[in-house]
Amino acid sequence: MSQVHVHTKINGDTTEFLCEADEPLLDVLRDRLGLTGAKEGCGTGDCGACSVMVDDRLVCSCLVLGAEAEGRTIETIEGMADGEKLHPLQQKFLDHAALQCGICTPGFLVAAKALLDHNPDPTETEVRYWLAGNLCRCTGYDKIVRAVMDTAAEMRGA
Amino acid sequence: MLDKTAENGEFKVIGTRPERPDGVDKVTGRARFGADMVMPGMLIGKVLRSPHAHANIKSIDTSAAEALEGVKAVITAADFTADVPEAEYDTMVNCIAHGKALYDGHGVAAVAATSRSIANKALKLIKVEYEVLPHVTDVEEACKDDAPLLHDNIFTEGLEETPTTPSNISGRVQFGHGDVDEGFAAADKVVERKFRTEATHQGYIEPHACVGNLSPDGTGELWCCTQGHFMVRNSCAAILGLDISRLRVTASEIGGGFGGKTTIFIEPLALALSRKAGRPVKLVMSRDEVFRATGPTSSASMWIKIGAKNDGTITAMEGLLKYQGGAFKGSWVSLGCMTAFACYRADHMKTVGYDVLVNRPRAAAYRAPGAPMAAFAVESVVTELAGELGRDPLEFRLQNAAKEGDQSSYGPKHRAHGLMETLEQAKAHDHYNAPLGPNQGRGVACGFWFNFGGQTSTSLNIGADGTVNVSVGTVDVGGSRASMCLMVAEELGVPYEKVRCVVADTSSLGHNDITDGSRTTFSSGMALILSARDAKQKLCARAAKIWEIPEDAVEWVDGHARPAGPNAGEFDPMSLAEVAGKAETTGGPIAGHHECNARGAGVSFATHMVDTEVDPETGRVTVLRYTVFQDAGKAIHPAYVEGQFQGGAVQGIGWAINEEYIYGEDGRLQNAGFLDYRIPVASDLPMIDTVIIETPNKGHPYGVRGVGETSIVPPMAAIANSVSAAAGVRLTELPMSPPRVLKAMDDAKA
Repeated sequence: MSQVHVHTKINGDTTEFLCEADEPLLDVLRDRLGLTGAKEGCGTGDCGACSVMVDDRLVCSCLVLGAEAEGRTIETIEGMADGEKLHPLQQKFLDHAALQCGICTPGFLVAAKALLDHNPDPTETEVRYWLAGNLCRCTGYDKIVRAVMDTAAEMRGA
Repeated sequence: MLDKTAENGEFKVIGTRPERPDGVDKVTGRARFGADMVMPGMLIGKVLRSPHAHANIKSIDTSAAEALEGVKAVITAADFTADVPEAEYDTMVNCIAHGKALYDGHGVAAVAATSRSIANKALKLIKVEYEVLPHVTDVEEACKDDAPLLHDNIFTEGLEETPTTPSNISGRVQFGHGDVDEGFAAADKVVERKFRTEATHQGYIEPHACVGNLSPDGTGELWCCTQGHFMVRNSCAAILGLDISRLRVTASEIGGGFGGKTTIFIEPLALALSRKAGRPVKLVMSRDEVFRATGPTSSASMWIKIGAKNDGTITAMEGLLKYQGGAFKGSWVSLGCMTAFACYRADHMKTVGYDVLVNRPRAAAYRAPGAPMAAFAVESVVTELAGELGRDPLEFRLQNAAKEGDQSSYGPKHRAHGLMETLEQAKAHDHYNAPLGPNQGRGVACGFWFNFGGQTSTSLNIGADGTVNVSVGTVDVGGSRASMCLMVAEELGVPYEKVRCVVADTSSLGHNDITDGSRTTFSSGMALILSARDAKQKLCARAAKIWEIPEDAVEWVDGHARPAGPNAGEFDPMSLAEVAGKAETTGGPIAGHHECNARGAGVSFATHMVDTEVDPETGRVTVLRYTVFQDAGKAIHPAYVEGQFQGGAVQGIGWAINEEYIYGEDGRLQNAGFLDYRIPVASDLPMIDTVIIETPNKGHPYGVRGVGETSIVPPMAAIANSVSAAAGVRLTELPMSPPRVLKAMDDAKA
């Protein structure tokens, strides 16, 4: 089977790759492009560990084909910090100890950033429902929710 | 051992909440987990698994798979020819079936190919001829005389007479003291009930993953996500017939374990494939494989009987516990029996346990293995008995709680611990007196875990600039490197930021037992404190050399070498950096080491309190409020101690109301994915409040007790007590899913 030639922009860089027609975007990112920040926890869209942004949409990259990235803009965890400066969400996750093992953390950060980008003042319930697609087995979510709420407050200048 | 405490104001950095040393890597995607490793020339491995719950493997034809272009190796049980010690034999057979598939998902063969798609194609070309056998997946069914037999060479151990016929009951154990018949005769009220729990999975988000690279000369390297890379090394070396010194295992960052990564599943397969192919092989499990072939915990069938006098004194406690451990011996029923009544003092106690084999994956440890289900049963009866006696459930527990000097349910006498304090703080907490609405109930329960020490080796190296590297051999599952750095900074008197900790590979340190038994902060922490004291002694000797005074005339205070008294001479104190900077001319590098088999792990108790609401229409349970009270001995990094409390509570919430392994009539697992095996998500939960109690453990220099496991022991019982109060009927089966709760309510009305 011949491979598909895909043109895309990832974390601001023009990127081309070849992939199989049935190859998930997650595999392309991890295995072909070395962007291993997105994790495979299930491969079926249930855990959110592979969360990335495609254009302005939060997706599970295990459920998107690499070929579907043609002409699109992709943002991954590797693009969240601005050089040496962490995104406020990244810093707050550290401040609040909102991670234990850290495998789900990239997915949570990408998903939480998507939330705050369109809702800078979420309620606790809104945070909990927005992040319901991201599984964490270590923390019980308490410190994650607090970190997101605290980030939102800080970014609003509250 | 305890020589530093908060009370005497000695702690400077212990108890603070600094950023963890691996933090930035984990929030930026840099941290490398099991599946993130790539080696040059690496092949992709895949495992073929049995679709049958129980089947003889008549033949395996791998020729078509081997002939497929891109396939570099195919292995079956025939490739495992080493003379494997008995201790590792079941582990090997669990990794790859030897003549018989014992459960749905049991590995049968494995391939390594140049791509994932070729490996998948190759699996389909392997022809396995099965003779399907009758199967059994239920613990009670498996105990019956006419049950399908898993192994014809297992005879029940622990009976007075050794049986002559094989059985699915691999062993009987008994614990206790006194005479329960006498105790029940003295009771005014007796409550007895039967309980059942379903198997649950540890549910770590990271599937098992490894890369193995084994050379024809028998030297090799292995990268894997595990809770214990020394265990992986020793087990793989035994199974593959290697010298342990020739296999270097590096622990990746680990994406959760909870006990499920305390054994091996794919690691020897990757190494065997690599040996055959002559190239590195990466093996990563799918989530389906994780559910079908790893974990889970035991399902259990239990009977508990407790008697008390009218004045509230418990007179006797008795239990019968049957745990299935999957297709092999070792269900942790012993630990269930030992922990069941550990929170209580009674003159008469007896627990009997049966270890039962069924056609399910081999049970792996899950956070306080064996204890949570027993606690569910016992604490349900304790609350019910309190109710029968008209007593407040916390008061009743306070009256009967085990105290220092009491005979424990599992053997030794209790040493000082914080159970009473957890109960007293629970009783005084505003949660306990907050009003409840309609269809709401409040439950409390206690829990106990032994905690463990074990073999530990640590190393501490001081750089020329006075910064410090420490190496541990205990895998960091939840932030323990931060605690290690805190303890070393405290001991050396240097800033936390000047200490860095790594988890060293198996060729760089002495043997370390697995990160299990809540042992890491206790035992590696203790070894590092003693490593730091070793280094301080050497630092003082170097300063003495520089000052040309006797070694014992120098002491280490606040991060500086100082003359020990006026007679030692007048010298300005030298900082760690100053002494280290002169190391080259005073004798070379300065380091500290410690090796031990750590003893004195202090037990840990907790009391949990939970409010739930039951929807009378659907039976759905909502957790409204949750508070954890647990003894940490000394919280080194309180934020991560809270995290352990919260995480354990939420895993318990999942176990209590949602999670279960569901097997079909065909013996196949029906819900092998996160959609159908639903672990708690953020929208299911409230905040989890925590109260850290600090009753120092005298077996640790700073008073540390392990905290990781106790937190999962009380939740199911606390929730069952809460739901039973809300629903007006005693719930005796887990999970308390809507159909079960609704049925219990309907049955109670009928």
